[in-house]
Amino acid sequence: MNHLPLIIKREYLTKVKNKSFIIMTFLSPLIFITFIAIVSYLTQLNKDKVRSIFVLDESGLLSSVFQNSENTSYSLIEGVTLNDAKIIAKEASGYGLLHIDTVFNGMQKNKNVTFYSEDSPSLAVISSLENRIQTELTLQNRIQQGIDVNKLAASKVNVEINQESFEGKKTSKVDNVVKLVFGGAAGYLLFMFIIIYGNMIMRSVIEEKTSRIIEVIISSVKPIQLMLGKIIGTSLAGITQFVIWVVLGALLITLASLFLGIDVAQMQTPQQQVVAQAMQSPEFNLQIQNIALAFYNLPLTNLIVAFILFFIGGYLLYSSFYAAIGAAVDNETDTQQFMLPIIMPLILAVYIGVFTVIEDPHGTVSTVFSFIPLTSPVVMLMRIPFGVPVWQQVISLLILLSSFTFTVWFAAKIYRVGILMYGKKPSYKELIKWIKY
Amino acid sequence: MSNLLEVQNVSKHFGDFKALNNVSIEIPKGSIFGLLGPNGAGKTTLIRVVNQITMPDTGIISLDGEPLGQKHIMDIGYLPEERGLYKSMKVGEQALYLAQLKGLSKAEAKKRLKYWFERLEIGDWWNKKIQELSKGMAQKIQFVVTVLHEPKLLIFDEPFSGFDPINANLIKDEILRLRENGATVIFSTHRMESVEELCDDIALIHKSNKILDGKLADVKRQYKTNTYEIGIKCNDHNLLEKELASKFIVSKANFKTLDDDLKLNIKLQQDEKPNDLLSYLIRKGQLSHFVELIPSVNDIFIQAVKHNNLQNI
Repeated sequence: MNHLPLIIKREYLTKVKNKSFIIMTFLSPLIFITFIAIVSYLTQLNKDKVRSIFVLDESGLLSSVFQNSENTSYSLIEGVTLNDAKIIAKEASGYGLLHIDTVFNGMQKNKNVTFYSEDSPSLAVISSLENRIQTELTLQNRIQQGIDVNKLAASKVNVEINQESFEGKKTSKVDNVVKLVFGGAAGYLLFMFIIIYGNMIMRSVIEEKTSRIIEVIISSVKPIQLMLGKIIGTSLAGITQFVIWVVLGALLITLASLFLGIDVAQMQTPQQQVVAQAMQSPEFNLQIQNIALAFYNLPLTNLIVAFILFFIGGYLLYSSFYAAIGAAVDNETDTQQFMLPIIMPLILAVYIGVFTVIEDPHGTVSTVFSFIPLTSPVVMLMRIPFGVPVWQQVISLLILLSSFTFTVWFAAKIYRVGILMYGKKPSYKELIKWIKY
Repeated sequence: MSNLLEVQNVSKHFGDFKALNNVSIEIPKGSIFGLLGPNGAGKTTLIRVVNQITMPDTGIISLDGEPLGQKHIMDIGYLPEERGLYKSMKVGEQALYLAQLKGLSKAEAKKRLKYWFERLEIGDWWNKKIQELSKGMAQKIQFVVTVLHEPKLLIFDEPFSGFDPINANLIKDEILRLRENGATVIFSTHRMESVEELCDDIALIHKSNKILDGKLADVKRQYKTNTYEIGIKCNDHNLLEKELASKFIVSKANFKTLDDDLKLNIKLQQDEKPNDLLSYLIRKGQLSHFVELIPSVNDIFIQAVKHNNLQNI
C-alpha cells in the first residue's frame, strides 16, 4: 500500500501550521527589510557629514587643485610652519592636515607629501587626494615639457571590442557579470535551501524518535517511505516559505521605497556596488542595451531546466543525509559530529563556485567539481550560464541521480536501524555496522 | 488451520549479537498468547519481526496460512512498549492519520473513532493536543489507535503500564471483548498476575532461545510437583510432624489461619493419590486446610530461567 501522499500531506501540514514556522515566515522579511533600512540610513548619515581637510601647500604648485566638493571642504593655510598648521587643524577638529613640502615637484615618488590626522584616514580619502595631485602634476609636467595638451587629449582613442560567437551571437563584457549574478544566485539559493530545510528534516526525525511514535508508524509503513515522505513534505513547506518570502520581500521593498523615500538602488552590498561601478561608463545607454542583450543571450531554457533538475537532485541528496543523522542520534546536540562531513562539501562547492568558476568556468577544477555529486549541483548551476555542453550536464546529472539513489539507500539503512535505537550516541564505526543489519 | 500465526525457526543477528536463535512459536486462533521473558531476552525483536519492522535472517513466518507479507500490515495491530504520539498534533487528527496509515478510509476511521471515543469516554478530547493530556489519557488514545482497524492479530507490549487500576481493568475487559469478537492476542508483559488471568497459551524466551511453550494449563501441569498444602488441628504438633515426615516428603508451610494449626507442605510420590493422604490426615485431627500447590506463572518463570542459566554454565 502506498502511504507516501498521506505522509507528505501530514508532514507538510504540521510544518506549515507550526506557530514558529508561521512567525518566521512573516517576520523574516520584515526583519530583513528593517535591517537594510537601518544600514542604508546609517550609510547616508555618514555621507551627509562634511569632512574638512586643511592643506598646507609650501610648494605653491597645487593651490588650484583643492576645490570644495559635496562632502569635503578644503581650507588652505598659508604662511605658517608645519607645527602651527598641525595645531590649527587639530584645534579646528578637522579631518586632517595635508602637508606638501617646498621641494616637492612630483618627480620623487611617495616623498614630501604627508597626511596628518587624529585617526587613520579612510582609504577613499587618501586615494582621492592622490588622484587629484597626480592629475594636476601630470598636466603641469606635460605643459612644462612642451606637449600640446589639447592635441594629446584629441589624439586619445577609445576602443570597444565587439564580441560575437562563431554562430553569430552578439555578446558583451556585461555578459559575464550577468552570468555570474545568475549562476551565483542559483548556487547560493540551493546552498541556503539545503542548510535551512535539511536541518528541519533532521529535527522532525529526532522529534519522532523522542516522542516514541516511530515504532507505531513503522509498523504501518516502510521506513524508506516515511523518510521520503518527510523529505518531500518538508521541502514543499520550504518552497512555500520561500515563495512567501520572495513575494513579501518584493512587496515590502516597494512599499518602503514608496513611503519612506529610501532609495533602493543605494541599498547595495559591496559586491553589487562593484558590479554597478563596472556598469557606470559614459555610454550608459549602451550598457543597458548590453545587459538586455546579455540577458537575452543567457541559455534561459537550459538554465531553468537545469536549475530544477540539479536543485531537486542536490537537495534530495543532502536531505537524505540529514534524515539519516536525525535517525542516528537522540537529540540535537549530538548531531554536531555528523554535521561537519555534510557542511564541508557544501562550503567547498560554494567557494569553488565563487572563486574558480569566475576565473575560468570551463577549467579543469570547475569541470571536475561539476561532476562530483556532492559539489556538482552548486558548481554546475554556477557554470551553466557560461554555456556548458549538454552532454556534460547530462553526465553530471546521471552521476548525481545514481549517487542520490545510493545515498537514499544508505540513509534508509541507517534510518531504519537508527530510529529504533535509543540511549547511546553512535560512532561512525557503528553506523557502518548498521548497514549490514 | 487452527493457528493464526506460525513462526518457524526464526533467527536474527545484530552484528555479533544473536537476538533470536531458531525460535518457533505457534499461536492458536482466538487465543490470548503470553510472550514472556526477562529483559533483553529477544521478545521485542520477535515482535518486530512479526510486525515486519525487522527482517529475520532465516526462518518462515505465516499469518493465517499465508507467508507474511506487506498486505498483512492491515491485519496486525501493534502497541509497542516504547510508544508515544505526536505531541503537538490534535488527538482527532492524529488518530485519523494513524488509522489511514493502516488502510482505513477517512470516513470509516472517523465513524469508528467516534464509537471508540464514546466507549472509552474520551469524546471531548478530539481537539486537544497530546501534550495537554495526562499519560493515562494518551495511553487510552494509543490503545484505540491500535485496535481501530479491527486486525486479526493484536500485539500488546506492556499494555497496562501507565494506567490506574480502574483504567487497567477497563482495558483488560476491552482486550477480552476483542478476543470474543475473534481477534487473536499476543500479550507481552512482566506482570505475571495478568498473564495468569488472561493467557491461554504462553511461551518463554530466554537469552534468544525459546525455553518453554504450550497451553498455560499444560505448562502448569508439567511444573507441578504433586505437593499439597495442609493445615491441621491436633494435640501434639511435633509428634504428628515426625510421623508425617517418615511417610512423605514434608516441609514447613506458611499461610494464615485463625487458630494455631500445624501447617505443612506435603509432596506425594508419583503413585500416591491425594485421596489417600486426605483420608490419612482426617484420622489424625481436625483438617482446616487442604490445597494442591499449583505453580504460579511467576514460579514457573523464575524456575525455568534459573534452570536454563544453570544448564548454560
